[in-house]
Formats: sequence, C-alpha cells, structure tokens
Amino acid sequence: MTVQAPPAPAKAATPVRRRSVPAAVWLIGPSVVFMTLLLGWPVIEGVMQAFRNEQGFTLEFVTRMVQDPYFWPAVRNTLLLIAVMIPIQFAFAIGMALLLRANPRLNKVHFFIWAIPLALSDLAAGLVWLSIFNDRGYLNSALAWLGIEGVSWLAYDNQTTMFICVLIAELWRATSLVLVIVVAGLQGIPKDYDEAAQVFGASFWQRLRHVTLPLLKPSLQVALILRTILAFQTFAVAQALTGQNFPLVVGETYRWYTGLQNPNVAAALALVILAVSMLTSIFYLRALREKTQGGTR
Amino acid sequence: MADISISNLIKTYPGGTERATDDVSLHIADGSFTVLLGPSGCGKTTLLRMLAGLELPDSGSISIGGRDVTYLPPNKRNISMVFQSYAVFPHRSVRYNIGFGLQMAKVAKEQIDKKVQWAADLLQLTPYLDRLPAQLSGGQRQRVAVARAIVVDADVLLMDEPLSNLDALLRLNFRSELKKIVQDLGTTTVYVTHDQSEALSLGDQVAVMRKGRIAQLGDPLDVYDAPSDRFVGGFIGSPPMNFVDAAVTPDGELVVGDQRLMAPSLLQSFGNHSIVLGVRAENVSVAKERASGHIAATVLVVEPMGSTILLTVDVEGQTLKVQAPPSFRTAPHQTIWLGFSPNTMRFYDRETSMALEAN
Repeated sequence: MTVQAPPAPAKAATPVRRRSVPAAVWLIGPSVVFMTLLLGWPVIEGVMQAFRNEQGFTLEFVTRMVQDPYFWPAVRNTLLLIAVMIPIQFAFAIGMALLLRANPRLNKVHFFIWAIPLALSDLAAGLVWLSIFNDRGYLNSALAWLGIEGVSWLAYDNQTTMFICVLIAELWRATSLVLVIVVAGLQGIPKDYDEAAQVFGASFWQRLRHVTLPLLKPSLQVALILRTILAFQTFAVAQALTGQNFPLVVGETYRWYTGLQNPNVAAALALVILAVSMLTSIFYLRALREKTQGGTR
Repeated sequence: MADISISNLIKTYPGGTERATDDVSLHIADGSFTVLLGPSGCGKTTLLRMLAGLELPDSGSISIGGRDVTYLPPNKRNISMVFQSYAVFPHRSVRYNIGFGLQMAKVAKEQIDKKVQWAADLLQLTPYLDRLPAQLSGGQRQRVAVARAIVVDADVLLMDEPLSNLDALLRLNFRSELKKIVQDLGTTTVYVTHDQSEALSLGDQVAVMRKGRIAQLGDPLDVYDAPSDRFVGGFIGSPPMNFVDAAVTPDGELVVGDQRLMAPSLLQSFGNHSIVLGVRAENVSVAKERASGHIAATVLVVEPMGSTILLTVDVEGQTLKVQAPPSFRTAPHQTIWLGFSPNTMRFYDRETSMALEAN
C-alpha cells in the first residue's frame, strides 16, 4: 500500500485578501451590529432629541425642563426616596438572608414567599398598595375597626404620608431583588470563615462586621448598583399611588412625553437619569473596590 | 490550659439514621496531645466540632477544665482551632488574620503586635505579614492558620486534619515542626486525622474511631503493637497488620492449614478454637532454608522499598505481607520460610474480631 501525500490544505489556496478579515471581527461583529442598532442608535437619537430643534443645537429643552415647577421637587423626591430606601432595603435583605442561612424549618418556603414580589409587575404592586392606602382602603378600614379615625394617606397636601406610602410599597416590591442577590452571595462564602471567627471568640456582630459583610462585598456591590439605578427609575408604584402629587423624575419624563406631548424635554429628563445612573455606578465601583486578589479564596 | 472530659456523647445528624457519635466517653489530660484517628465517616470530625461548639450533641456532656461547655457557643469556650480548609480570611492581611482572636478579645494593640510578631517568627511568616492570603502558597496559608490558633491563650487547641491539604514532602516537614510548636506551647490539643502515620507520630494518646465509637484508646505504640480488634490492626500501620485464619489444637498448638507454629502460652486456654492470628509485616522473619517452627510460604510479589523488601506471600491459600531485609534475594514462585516470634503474635476471635485475652 502506498502512502500518498495529503492534499495541500484548502486554506493555502484561498486568496490572501480573504484572510485580511481577522477571525475576531467575525466573532464580535454580530454583537457590535446589534449593540449599534439597539443601543447606540437610540442613545444618539435621544441625545439629539434633547439638544436639537429645527434650527440646530439648542438648550431650549433643557431650560424648559429645569424651569418646570415640578422638576426640582421631582429630583428632590427621587433622591430622598433613594437615600431613605436603599439603607433600609439592604438592612432588611441582609437580615432576611442571615435568617435563611440559619437554616430554619421550611426555609425554602420562606425564601419562596419573600421572593414573590420579584415576580410581580410594579404597576400591579402599586395597585395592590393603592387598595391598602386609599381613603377607604384596607388600612383605614382596619383603623376604623379599632376605633381610630382614618387618615388621608395619599392626599395631595400630605407630602410626608405620601412619601412613606411610596417608600413602604417600594420596599415591599424591590427588597426581594436585593435578597436574592445577597442569598446567592452568602451561599458562595464557605461556612468555615464564619466558624473560624466564632471559634476565635467573635460575637454575632463582630462576625457580621469583620467577616460576613466584607466577604459579601462583591454581591453587595452588584445589588447596590442595580438597586440604586432601579430606584432612580421608580415610576409605576408612585404613579399608581399618588399620580402627579408626588413627582419623581421618571414620572416627569412620562408626563412630558404622553401628557404634554413634548418628546424633547422627555429626552432631556431621560438623559439626566442616564447621567446620574452612570455616576452612581462609578462611585460604587470605586468605593467598594475589591482588595483581595484572585477572588475570595 | 485545661483537661477535657467527654461523657456519653451521642449525636445524630438531622435526616441521618446512624449515630455520628455513639455514646463516646473520653478523658483528655491537661497538656496532652490526643489524636482522633479513623476512616472518613467515623465521627471523629463530629466529635471535634462538638468540642468546638460548632455542633451540639443530642445528649451527653463535655467539660473543659471542669466547666460544663456542652451547649455553650464557640466564642464562649476559650478554644482555638486550625481548620482543614485553613479558613484564613481572604480579605485581610496575614497580620490581621494572625491577630484576629486577640482583636476579638479586645487585647491592647501593642500586646497584639508583640504576639503576632512572636507567632510569625515561630512559623517563618515575618516577611509575609502584610500580604493577603491569596498571595501565599498553600503551605504558608496553613502556617497562618496555625499562627492564628497559637497566639490566643486558649484552654484547648483543636486541629481538624491540618496537614491533609499539603503535598507529601511539606506534610512530613510541617508535621515535626507542628509537634515541636505544640510541645513548647503545652496546650491541651485534640487533633483529627485519617492518616495513621500522623496519628502515631504526633499523639501522646490515640483514639481510633469507627462508626461513631472509640475502638481503641491508648499510647500510639500500644495501639500499633497490640490492636484491640481486627479493625484497628487493619487501619493502623503500612502495610496493615496481617490476619491469618488459624486453629488451636486441643493440646494448645497453633495450626495454620497443615503447618504447625510455636504457640505462646496465652493460647493454652483456647484449646480446640478457631482463631485469627494477627502479625505485623516487620515481625515476621524470613529464611530461605527450613528451620524448626517455621512455616512454608510461596512468594507472589517482590517490592523493593529501599530500606526493606516488601514480600507478598501465600501461606496455605492466605495472603500475607512480610518485610525482608534488603539483602534478601528471592523471586516470585520461590518457597521461603516464615518465622513468628511468640511475643509479637496477636490473636483475635473469629466471630467478634476482638483480641483474645488470657483468662
């Protein structure tokens, strides 16, 4: 039997021209196209919409946005909501995750129930809470049954109770997201660290402060970025509960776009949200920079 | 420093049917080094974790230095521990890790610095004090774990297979170092391992565990030399003890198959019994020529080990491992003669596997 030389590889036969497109381009090409079409183009379009009219570049829409009587209250409300909600939310989520880690009976059921709000649309959640907080809602009915006169929780002149109602509804709706992230993060921390800390005399709070929270930092970072950005976008719950009475930035965007039929000012508002979201992410990434090299182990 | 008293400790894990520790009682003297040895699943780690307070027993009690600690949380027991996985905190420097226990106890800063420096010197960690654990090798991380455990002034030092994640050479070196450190420290130490050579080399006292019970407790050499049952003899020693089915004739002679052996006087009272003869490989003498009291064996495998030659031989259909001097020349299928000295032979009951005692 004779051994024949293998035929020359087909590659060599292809013209040099073809090879000039590197494989990498083919690999990232489709995603670049998609990103450009679905992300880049709308972003550029949005920026143009905010800064251009028929005559060209203009600050007209930005000025209108800032001068609108609802703008600064909306910014203030949004920031206040974030400042109050995020710490409470994280305290709740971490507390709940630690309770789950203690492995109580039926802990899978608890986790499931605590995660239910995650599956609920925010508008539906807002309507549920509306049925609780409105003048003839469940809360006032319960108070009446106890012989206490009800309060108009969502009255337009009662900013404080409106804020608290939105806060509670948002806490209920969005804490489960933080919980899920924190639970996943806790499960990734070997039990040995906590046990070692216990053996070396650390109390519960010492362990939380010196061992659990630092090891949980990567998860907390993710949760913080997600939750803060999402909190800037709080909309449907507040809309359902308070309508225009408790303005938030995204609610304003919606009002300018649908109510006032002015997409340009709406685009300017959207850009404000984009800028603030990016700044917060950068802040969190820098503030919580990971010190350990090579992961947590 | 303190002694440890464990009495009637029973623990069943939730969902488990077998007892992880089954009525274990054990006294550990002040300042002694006790090794809990056994195969995986024998309950040794569970026992250690109950000493640490990381698991709670179903019943029974543990006291350290006369103080009942059975249901105390770990941080109230004044213990320290070296974990199998090291459990060195990855987000903090070596210095912080070593001083962790002292810091939790709110010891003054200068005092912490002094002790950390002392432990780092002892374990050759001084150049690495400001590094993060991820920048250390496995052996160095284990040293950090040991340093962290010895700086605190604990009543009891617990070690859970501290050497099992190290490579063979490192393990051998660190073993003797560890022994010296613990000896100088003088702290009551409980050490868990599945490695019988570690147990023999480190312990003042070895507790061999099996299925949640202590099969034998004693001085390492006693445990090696006179296993209380077949399990212990088979678990300790490399190669493990040989067990040969034998019989005692009515007139007190020992018979293996058709061959007769010199029987020690112990067997006089077991006339007409079927027994098991246990003998260590190094206690069997080999010869090429027949001698009185020797029995014939056929060589199956010859394994030169350097300092000795390990022979696998067949005696009347039963396989034995015996050690021959390096000068002994033989080959498979040859017949050699084995000699047993009466004081190194151990005898076991065939049904219960327990050692036979003269009565």
